[in-house]
Amino acid sequence: MLEVKNLHVKIADEDREILRGLDLVVKPGEVHAIMGPNGSGKSTLSYVLAGKPDYEVTDGEVTLDGADLLAMEADERAARGVFLAFQYPVEIPGVANMTFLKAALNAQRKARGEGEILTPDFMRLVRSEAGKLAINQDMLKRPVNVGFSGGEKKRNEILQMAVLQPKLCILDETDSGLDIDALKIVSEGVNALRSPDRAFVVITHYQRLLDHIRPDFVHVLSKGRIVRSGGPELALELEAKGYADYVGEAA
Amino acid sequence: MPESAVMTAEPRILRTQAEKDLLDLWRRKPERADSAAIATLRDAAIARFDKAGLPHRRVEEYKYTDLRALLKTVPPLAGRADVEAARAAAGPAAEGEVRLVFVDGHFEPALSGALPKGVTVESLANLLPHGHTLGDRLGLSATAMQDPLVGLNTAFMRDGVVIRVAARTKVAERIAIEHVATGAHAAFLRHAVAVEDLAEVTIVERYRGPADAASHVNEVVELTIGDGATVHWVKLQTEGLAAAHFSTLVVDLSEKAELDHFALGAGAAVARAQVFARFSGEHATLSTRAATLLEGRRHADATLVVDHAVPHGTSRELYRAVIDGEAKSVFQGKIVVRQHAQKTDGKMASNAVLLTDAAEAMNKPELEIFADDVVCGHGATAGELDERLKFYLMSRGIPAAEAETLLIMAFLGEAVDTIADEALRDQVTAEIEAWLERRAAAKAA
Repeated sequence: MLEVKNLHVKIADEDREILRGLDLVVKPGEVHAIMGPNGSGKSTLSYVLAGKPDYEVTDGEVTLDGADLLAMEADERAARGVFLAFQYPVEIPGVANMTFLKAALNAQRKARGEGEILTPDFMRLVRSEAGKLAINQDMLKRPVNVGFSGGEKKRNEILQMAVLQPKLCILDETDSGLDIDALKIVSEGVNALRSPDRAFVVITHYQRLLDHIRPDFVHVLSKGRIVRSGGPELALELEAKGYADYVGEAA
Repeated sequence: MPESAVMTAEPRILRTQAEKDLLDLWRRKPERADSAAIATLRDAAIARFDKAGLPHRRVEEYKYTDLRALLKTVPPLAGRADVEAARAAAGPAAEGEVRLVFVDGHFEPALSGALPKGVTVESLANLLPHGHTLGDRLGLSATAMQDPLVGLNTAFMRDGVVIRVAARTKVAERIAIEHVATGAHAAFLRHAVAVEDLAEVTIVERYRGPADAASHVNEVVELTIGDGATVHWVKLQTEGLAAAHFSTLVVDLSEKAELDHFALGAGAAVARAQVFARFSGEHATLSTRAATLLEGRRHADATLVVDHAVPHGTSRELYRAVIDGEAKSVFQGKIVVRQHAQKTDGKMASNAVLLTDAAEAMNKPELEIFADDVVCGHGATAGELDERLKFYLMSRGIPAAEAETLLIMAFLGEAVDTIADEALRDQVTAEIEAWLERRAAAKAA
């Protein structure tokens, strides 16, 4: 589904490379965890896949089902099934959560040549998914993320994921700022979306999220490259030993 | 010879074309049967104009809106259109509205609706020969009297309406003052609205015209709000992109009076909307909000002076501007709190979003506070749309143009959403959406 080959990325106005030859292949149904020390390029990878404009790809390629992802604007990528659950979801004053969800869903449907969703169907869909994530009516009516707690913002990200039904879900440090109860709700939301034709890239610093969202593969990212790959046991090893080996190795 | 010497020696020999046009209008003005009092006012006003000319950048209040530079010409006055042509231009009235229609500066009573109980309307043109009824209401505040645009209005005012809402009358229908320009004509309108004690009314002003007509409107409204009376006022200015629009609202608030005012500015090449508000009774409340949309090389100025002359007044000002292309928005807001106006509560905010590098916003907030027990503040910002928010919306599949539209609507929403009358709120929203659609279409082309 997703193929990343020799990806080199720098921040648009700076010379320093953040990703330095990253390779990654993700197949449908798989869950890949990407772990690594701070500053290793984890968030950059998520932003580059989602199409944030502040980065410049200097080499390499990224394809989604064979299509050149890097040539697309962020909205086109979303319409093709890329979804990034943000580490820090932004607040959008003046745009109601429901209005936003509907605009997003209909924009994606339109881009795929599908008709707009009927309002009653949309309402039913949102209510049912929101219920699973303990998101109440008030949160749906309020402006996007405005006045939401850290946990509410993360749940709102998962709600968007559930409504938009993407193919490739990228979770950027979704566990940060979550207490154990919120972590459970969010993980259950993610697990409910696991399916044979959907893949996840779960970016995290800590192993604890992976207790809830069980990965098929774990990769260690260090200094802009994947330096080791393995199964779930690799996450446990990292939890026990820390990242010292990888920080030292690359330095 | 140094330039300063030339200017000292020859203070104002060169008149601009617009100044010539205005003096020409004066010379060729139709014979009027003005009362002596009105004639004296007019003569004094034109004499001031003859001496000072159009206000320019060295006049403090017009520093950012130099009318000598911005106003190229002033078109002639229009004759009265025949009723059928006027009817066609005006179009049908909206539901729930009593309309007072003006076409090219002339009041058209035949197109106007039946008045609700407790409301009386007189045509200014009929009152000018007498002056006694109007005389009371021409007692403009000193700030307004000194204003050059108000001066021109006094010199040239030809028509308007004098509306009176009797005490304790709650008017269910909206009263609409509607001006339609049919072409390049000048219109000088003077309205006086007296809302008596404990009355309540919603008034909407609409100014429109053909997309390409260089029409010129200078209107002045004198609004007096009696004790405990409430006025909702919405203005929609959507004239063509070659038009000039100058408006001044002079409002006097009595005890416990309330004015809830909103203005949309979405048309005209050059526009200036002035609000001069005076608190003359205690515990009165003023809320004034504006949404200004600018593109191309348009220039729009919102000037506000709020005079808290008595204690316990509350004022809220929220001015929002969205500026595209090479357009320029000016906001000048001044809150004056006089020495004995204790417990005044004033908050003023002016925020501009610049959609291009060439767009310009001038913010000039001022507080002049002479009392020591007040809560007053202002905030002024100008910046681009937040790229982080735009990316967030795009990352969910919303295309760039639509993301910008959502963010602009959200930005203006704070000023628009509090319009009490739902139909007017929808109408303002529809005008903003139409502007955004034109913008999106122009960008796509």
